[in-house]
This record gives sequence, structure tokens and C-alpha cells, in this order.
Amino acid sequence: MSNGLIQGLAAYFLWPGLLAGALLGWLYLWLSRALIARMQRRFGPPFYQPFFDFVKLLGKRSMVPAGTAPLLYYGLPLAAVISITLALAVMPLPGGLNASFTGDLILVLYLMEMPAFCDILAGFASRSIYGQVGSSREAALILGYSLPFIAAVSALAIQADSFRMVDVLALPFGPVHVLAAAAFILAVPARLKSNPFSIPNAEQEIVAGPHVEYNGPALALFELAHGLEFVAVGALFSVLFIPRLPSAGLNLVLYLAAGLLLVLITSVLAAATARLQIHRAFRFYWTWGALAALGCVVLAALL
Amino acid sequence: MGLFSSILKLSRRRSPWVYVLNAGSCNGCDIEIGSLLSPRYDMEQIGALRQGSPKHADILLITGPLTLRSADAVRSIYAQIPEPKAVVAVGSCPATGNVFAGSPTVEDGVLHVVPVDVFVPGCPPRPQAILAGVQEAAHLLAEGKTGRWHKEKHHE
Ligand code: SF4
Repeated sequence: MSNGLIQGLAAYFLWPGLLAGALLGWLYLWLSRALIARMQRRFGPPFYQPFFDFVKLLGKRSMVPAGTAPLLYYGLPLAAVISITLALAVMPLPGGLNASFTGDLILVLYLMEMPAFCDILAGFASRSIYGQVGSSREAALILGYSLPFIAAVSALAIQADSFRMVDVLALPFGPVHVLAAAAFILAVPARLKSNPFSIPNAEQEIVAGPHVEYNGPALALFELAHGLEFVAVGALFSVLFIPRLPSAGLNLVLYLAAGLLLVLITSVLAAATARLQIHRAFRFYWTWGALAALGCVVLAALL
Repeated sequence: MGLFSSILKLSRRRSPWVYVLNAGSCNGCDIEIGSLLSPRYDMEQIGALRQGSPKHADILLITGPLTLRSADAVRSIYAQIPEPKAVVAVGSCPATGNVFAGSPTVEDGVLHVVPVDVFVPGCPPRPQAILAGVQEAAHLLAEGKTGRWHKEKHHE
């Protein structure tokens, strides 16, 4: 019993949860910034940059905007970090917790949605007009990218006939995987709010979106949650689409490779494109995203 | 505690986020600041990012001679940057008023309005000089030596 508790705490705080997730998240954030810089023929930030940014923000004096409850102001970024870490800890990753239960896939989907919801609430709570515009854009964007994202996950769940992640993991690799992976990758840039879909946090255009009034430690937590989101999306990708090998070491390499692949795809896309208008992004997801979603679900139902 | 504060010091030096404020500038200085983002000068190498919100910034870059109308905006923006913060006055305008000196529509010098840590002279200064000014301000932030040059405006 207490052994299980220790294992659970280790999974949450060390691997694959908070500590490993934060380090990996900083690595991914740096890599994405450095890749974009290289593609623009710049040098880009040094390797430790996301860590320095985080520590610097922690060390700033914070100002709670007038009219915002401090509990809400500090609670929202904290909730984002706590829930995304929980999503990482629950996933059946190599070396992680192997506590599997019925419906854990649904739980992970909910937990991964939490940072976006916290963003939206933060934007409205900050009482800044820019924050509110950013929040409403983010809410609209969620409606867009959720279609292919949830459909990709559901297609595999239909095939496995279960919402347990271990069952999905045990599926033999097939055509549904290819289509579902395409739908999943379609949703990733918007999930991570990177360039053609950097609509909610549109820098300079609407100042900084939902985070406009956030500063100091609270902003640091939001940045951390963003890094962890990067890791969690990569982890979910590896759970859903990467077949497991008998060797634990190789599985670990594949897990990291899945994350790096997503970083590469989003960075190339971000460097090559400009920001879309929200209705164009929405239309994109409700035509191409819907087609991919329909395709993979129908294929999964037929096979 | 000692370890954390030395890491914090290093982080403050390596991660200066800037907010650019045009206080009646002729745009010459703003164009030179814009080129800091270009491949040639690449401000991100020293960890600097241009932020859209003063609440995210560490360093305030002020350009222009501080017209009377912009003075309140400068005060307000300065107050919105969370501590610790530094101010870099870019160009000859905020330092002396430059060609606008003596005009009834400008403050005579930025020091009457907010404390300045680094002056970057030139009309406009070269991008390298602005970058050096940002780095100097980041050093001051790390050492905790910001906000020293300040004199109150004397009303007669
Ligand atoms: S210093 Fe020169 S270039 Fe800069 S704002 Fe003043 S007049 Fe323009």
C-alpha cells in the first residue's frame, strides 16, 4: 500500500511527471526557438534559455491586477501545472506508473484540456480587454482543433474496443493508425498555439492574449504549463501511435523521438507561415480536420 | 538560499525581456531597435525578447524626447513593469531633447519623469550600441543596481 503511494509520488514528481516533464519541456521549448531562429538565419537563444526565463520570472515581484481575486490569479496557473503533470504521470510511459484503469484515456484527455481552460479563465479574470479577446479566440480555437484530436483518439479506442490506454497500446499497427496520426498531427500546432494558429496569444497584435496581465511567478507557472503541454502531447502521441518494443531502453528512445518529431513539425510550420485569422483557422479545422476525423473514425468502425 | 540567489542573478542577466516605448520619437530610433530582431543583430542570442505587455518586461526602452502628452503614459508604463526593472534611454532625444530641446511641447529630459539606468547616445544610435545598452542594463539588473540616476523636476 505505502509502496504504491511512493511509486505514485515518484511518477508524479520525478519521472515522467514534474521534474522530467519540466526538463524535457524546457528542452523542447529551446529546440523550437533555436530551430525557428536557424531557419531565419539567426543564432537563436542559448541552450539554458527557457530555464533562465523561468527562474527570472520566479524572482520578480508580482502585481495582482486590480479587480482580480488573488486566489484566482495564482490558482489558475497552478491548476494548469498540476493537471497537466497528472496527465503525464497517468500515461503508461516507459519507466512510469503502470496503473491502468478503465477510462484512463478519457481522464488524460480532460487533464490535457485543463491548461487551455485555465488560460481562458485567466484572460477573462484579468479584466483586460486584450485578455478577453485572447480568451474568446482560444475558446473558438478549441472547438476547431478538438474535432480531429478527439476523433483520432476515439478511432483508436473504437478499434481497441476500450478506453484503456494499455489496450490501445497493445493494438497491432494498421491503416487506422496512419489516418489517426495524420488527424492528431493536424491538431498539434493549434494545441501548442504555434504559428499559423498562434491566434489566442497573438503577440503584439493583441498584446499578449490571455496572459497580458500576468507577471512574475504566475506567468512563470503558465510558461511551465506550456512546456509540460508540449511534453504531454508528445507522450500521448507515443502512447497512441508508436508501437512498443520488448526493450525498455528502445521504448524510452522512441518516447523522446516522438516528442522531438512533433517539435520539428511545429517549428518548421511556425517558421514558414504567418498567423491566420480566427475564422480561417476555424474553417480549416472544420473542413480538413473534419475530413480527417471522419476518415479515421469510419475506417476504425469498418475494420 | 545562496545557490538560488546566484542562479537568480545569472537568470536576470541572461533573460532581459524588453518593452519598447515611443515617447514622441521621429521613428529613427524605433527602426534601429526593430533591426535588433533581424538576423544580423539577433537580440535573442543574449536571451532578450521583445514583449507586447509591460507586465512581462524587465527593461523599458524609451525613444523620443518625451512630449508633454506622452509623459503620463511613460510614468504609467514604467509603473506597470514589475520590480526589478531597468530603463534604457535610446538616442539623444530622451537624454537631452536633441533637436527638440527648448520646445514648449517636450519635457527637458527623461530623467524628470522616470529613473534611467543606461543612456545610449546617437541620432539614431547604431543597433550594436542599443544591444550593448540592453546588455549593460541586464548586468545592472543582476547586480541590483538599477534606478540610481533620478532627479525630481524642480518647479519654480
Ligand atoms: S535621437 Fe534622433 S533618431 Fe532618435 S528619435 Fe531622436 S531625432 Fe529621432
